[in-house]
Amino acid sequence: MKSIIISFVSGVIFAAGLSISGMTNPEKVKGFLDVFGNWDISLAFVMIGAIGLNFFSFKKVTKKKPLFSSSHFLPTKNEIDKRLILGASIFGIGWGLLGICPGPGIVNLVTMDSNALLFVVSMTIGMFVFKVLEKVRVL
Amino acid sequence: MDSFLFPLVGGLLIGASSTLMLWGLGRVTGISGIYSSIFSLGRESLWKYSFIFGLIAGGFFMHQFYPDDFFDYQIYGSTPRVIVAGLLVGFGTRLGNGCTSGHGVCGIPRLAKRSIFATITFIIVGMLTVGIEGALK
Repeated sequence: MKSIIISFVSGVIFAAGLSISGMTNPEKVKGFLDVFGNWDISLAFVMIGAIGLNFFSFKKVTKKKPLFSSSHFLPTKNEIDKRLILGASIFGIGWGLLGICPGPGIVNLVTMDSNALLFVVSMTIGMFVFKVLEKVRVL
Repeated sequence: MDSFLFPLVGGLLIGASSTLMLWGLGRVTGISGIYSSIFSLGRESLWKYSFIFGLIAGGFFMHQFYPDDFFDYQIYGSTPRVIVAGLLVGFGTRLGNGCTSGHGVCGIPRLAKRSIFATITFIIVGMLTVGIEGALK
């Protein structure tokens, strides 16, 4: 139960951070990506804030066992493979086309905007297609 | 000044949220991964439902109380563009095992090689996509 509350609170804070930072605003994101045009560097500070804090806090909290779990679940894979390169590139194209990544996509559902809903539905289908292709071992 | 302050404060909140998750549950806050696995129903995914529910509740709260401050925008894009963008984001984040949150916010601070590489890749490809579109206009 406690872990359910923690993850709920974490979700609330994450959503607040995304909207306050401007990450949910696709025009802002496109401005950040428009390095060859009218570059708006302000969203770089989102990463500076988040990564800067986590650089220190992650070290501290991983020294001990998690509060409500018996161990940490951290990715252990270390090699850069084709799937990573291809996946990150495909994601990059989609991100550049609309200016929305998964977190902001989900948060934008609260605006009731039809494009916000269409994006999340399409994203879900994209994930489902991946799952199917992986199952039949195409990927 | 505001244009840097809000992103910085928002970024710190995002950092605090993912720190809380790692501290409490020992989990990485990778939103594409969490979201994609809520469709495989199971008791061990309860925390995932709860996180996504929190994400929507937090967004709802912000939208209710600060609509003009933080939601003063629209999602412009033709229907085909929105669909293609969504499909690529969904497929790509699963193939690449993560998005801006999992690789960027949680992976880079751990100095995970894969995450650093992935983040640089999707930012550069995103920039190229916007750049090429700008050049074609």
